[in-house]
Amino acid sequence: MTEPLAFEKSRESLPGPRLPAAGLPGVEPAQVIPRARLRRSRPHLPRLSEPEVMRHFTRLAAMNYSISKNFYPLGSCTMKYNPVTNEAAASLPGFAYLHPYQPEESVQGALELMWDLERALCEIVGVDRMCLQPAAGAHGEWTGLRMIQAFHEGRGEDRSEVIVPDSAHGTNPASAALCGFKVVEVRSDAGGRVSLPDLESKLSPRTAALMLTNPNTLGLFEKEILEVADLVHAVGAKLYYDGANLNALMGICRPGDMGFDVIHLNLHKTFTTPHGGGGPGAGPVGVMKDLEQFLPRPTLERENGHFKLDFERPLSIGRVRSFYGNFGMLVRALTYILAMGADGLSQASEDAVLSANYLRARLEGALDFPHEGPCKHEFVASARNLTAQGIHATDLAKGLLERGFYAPTIYFPLIVPEAVMVEPTETESKATLDAFTEAVLEIVQLAQTDPERLRAEPTSLPVGRLDEVAAARHPVLRWRPPAQD
Amino acid sequence: MLAELGIETLEPLLADIPARLRLRRLNLADGLSEAETMARLRELAGRNAVFEDRLTFRGGGVYRRFIPAAVPAVTSKSEFYTAYTPYQPEASQGWLQATFEFQTMIAELTAMDVSNASLYDGATAVAEAAAMAVVQTGRDRVLVAGYLHPEYLEVLNTYARGRKFHVLQKLPQSGVIDPGELGEQLDRTVAAVIFQQPNFLGLIEDAQALTDAAHQAGALAVACVDPISLALLQPPGEYGADIAVGEGQQLGLTPSYGGPHLGFIACRNELVRRLPGRLVGESKDAQGRRGFVLTLQAREQHIRRDKATSNICTNHALCALAATVYLSYMGPDGLRDIAQTSLTRSHHLERRLAGLGGFRPAFPEAAFVNEFPVRVEAGDGLLSRLQEVGILGGLPVGRWFPELEGVLVFCCTELNDPGAIETLLEACGK
Repeated sequence: MTEPLAFEKSRESLPGPRLPAAGLPGVEPAQVIPRARLRRSRPHLPRLSEPEVMRHFTRLAAMNYSISKNFYPLGSCTMKYNPVTNEAAASLPGFAYLHPYQPEESVQGALELMWDLERALCEIVGVDRMCLQPAAGAHGEWTGLRMIQAFHEGRGEDRSEVIVPDSAHGTNPASAALCGFKVVEVRSDAGGRVSLPDLESKLSPRTAALMLTNPNTLGLFEKEILEVADLVHAVGAKLYYDGANLNALMGICRPGDMGFDVIHLNLHKTFTTPHGGGGPGAGPVGVMKDLEQFLPRPTLERENGHFKLDFERPLSIGRVRSFYGNFGMLVRALTYILAMGADGLSQASEDAVLSANYLRARLEGALDFPHEGPCKHEFVASARNLTAQGIHATDLAKGLLERGFYAPTIYFPLIVPEAVMVEPTETESKATLDAFTEAVLEIVQLAQTDPERLRAEPTSLPVGRLDEVAAARHPVLRWRPPAQD
Repeated sequence: MLAELGIETLEPLLADIPARLRLRRLNLADGLSEAETMARLRELAGRNAVFEDRLTFRGGGVYRRFIPAAVPAVTSKSEFYTAYTPYQPEASQGWLQATFEFQTMIAELTAMDVSNASLYDGATAVAEAAAMAVVQTGRDRVLVAGYLHPEYLEVLNTYARGRKFHVLQKLPQSGVIDPGELGEQLDRTVAAVIFQQPNFLGLIEDAQALTDAAHQAGALAVACVDPISLALLQPPGEYGADIAVGEGQQLGLTPSYGGPHLGFIACRNELVRRLPGRLVGESKDAQGRRGFVLTLQAREQHIRRDKATSNICTNHALCALAATVYLSYMGPDGLRDIAQTSLTRSHHLERRLAGLGGFRPAFPEAAFVNEFPVRVEAGDGLLSRLQEVGILGGLPVGRWFPELEGVLVFCCTELNDPGAIETLLEACGK
């Protein structure tokens, strides 16, 4: 099944949709705008009727995998069910139709919502303040590192290095580099955790921060976290928490209590705002008291029951995006937190840990497990036991697509060869995990008996494996109108 | 599951967490039923005042426009909104194709060669474009020419401090900038000249002259544009801009108190490998069937880590989908109709306001599309009077620009019908 591009379905004779007429004597652009500033060419946008538009996008929708359809075992992505209540809340007219430049007294409900969310998130991770402005996790990382940079600069210290583990998410070194830091890598030990001796050798008065995910990307709890925090703080550096993996810990323990100074969260992971095919998300950043003055402007304050935006923040690192963040996503996250409550959130994390350990146990024997468990909310296996048959993690992934599942995260973290990173989340039932296990076992069997067939999968999807090398070598990034003679 | 793991409680799975870190219970309220949750959210929503579409005359980067029902009907399809970033192309062709269509539409609107898959908002798009120019030219300052949205400038400044480049700004005497005014600030250390078209006050800049001035200094020209205005105004590709960016909220997204909205960025072919964020490209499978994949990923953080062009990962895909549906619905004629109606109504409102005592165009010589600055004698008192009759009046811009104290920027779209304009005029005339 394929669907032509909207442009290819365009009918040149079709008139535009019926829209409000001006209802006033028309003003021609050329009467009021210098002719040289007017557009000469018409943009090639498709001309389609509403039924054609609806059918086009409905067909495209049918060519998509989604969490509403089935299981997404993507490690580090926390693809849990997105409650539809969240969507209903965000579309309430009292939220969806607010203009960001309305007077403060006319948006007290919106500000209170942001206040409640900030307080709840601070409680969940154990920090003093939170900024809701960043639009995504990486945006939050960058914001957090800028605050750390401002903190050190404010003390007259020139700290030029940020340490990240070799197992870190790619955004960590990228965010650090875009703040002008030199990235220093710290090794993982044989057990899959940060090597303390290596960390000690990398820490110095030049260190601005250590960025850490806990549980780390192998799904393992950094059990020496208190020692790590002491080492980092002893050289005057800050400890940064990448909140991508917070789903393992809600109500169980808090990064703030572990010694983290700056924490970003991904509301589109842990707090069930939908991933939207690649955003919009939201990446709030929390800080301890000593970094509060550097928070992006404006902060939200409460005075005598009245909420107000505070722009007078002389030491603020400034704004990181326009207005007040992805407000619609903040509505969804608070909806989830209110519905779950304290016990619901801990239950979610406990169930996520249980699901991951159960699935890990079921897959033992089928795949290699380079690190010992127990894991937390995710685990990393390796498909290196299949390479003798010429089967790789990619083939396992494509085989899962063929069997109606999405694929795990593959080839990440980089320190595990043929990595297969699985995060089941708390919203999958035992029956789903069992069905997934059966699919993996079938693929592993096929790797022995008929690897050729496996390498040709998927065959039942709209397209087979696509030539990604050719796509990158000769990029075609848009449709072009046929040349006119 | 516990039984199959041979354990009775979850504790053995949590044993590696130091005991002193274990929490007894979060200090949060108990969970609520759906009915109770929604009641609480309705209560909060009810504490906000929603101005009617037709009585909203305020823009400043976020606009009330007609949103065809087709847009939410598509974006609320769970096959779209509950999908992940399309890492596995065979199972994500719907998303990939829609994004390819989005990239094409933005390239067509801006008359640029290529567009990426989206950025967070207009402000971060300006900042990313500036960073691209700094890397491309090896120079370390960018020059903002004229009235750029003040929050975009703030974000640009924040990014610049992190990415180690400098931002200069030159404000004009007369609402729009004359390239001559850039003078010595535009020398051969400038990586980019950045301008907004129409500018923050709604006035139309001489984009061609600004672009030429940038190029003469060996700098890139970065145009921050309003996508609806591009139905009428010369697009960046026609005046030779190197990078076009902007905010796409007007293409089918609700104001939503400022987000989520849609940043876009498009450029000339030569700059494509410096673009931040996702790009979708065309490819084929073994049977020769056309398909789409994420491509040129060697620019991105998950491959290049500290050498990536940007740290962006999650972007604003669903907002880009809304824009794609919106533009598919409107087509070239619909988009032009919208822009034309907004133009007619705004010019009507401007003339009528100028006829009232106490209102005069702030820069009568400058042309505009659908947003314009007016000097108002009554000042803030007027706005609260308008608010009492349910009107969100023009945006007071003196808060950001002291020289514009007492200036309100009014805006009309296809939703401000002639009756609503009369209501506004009547309230202003009192």
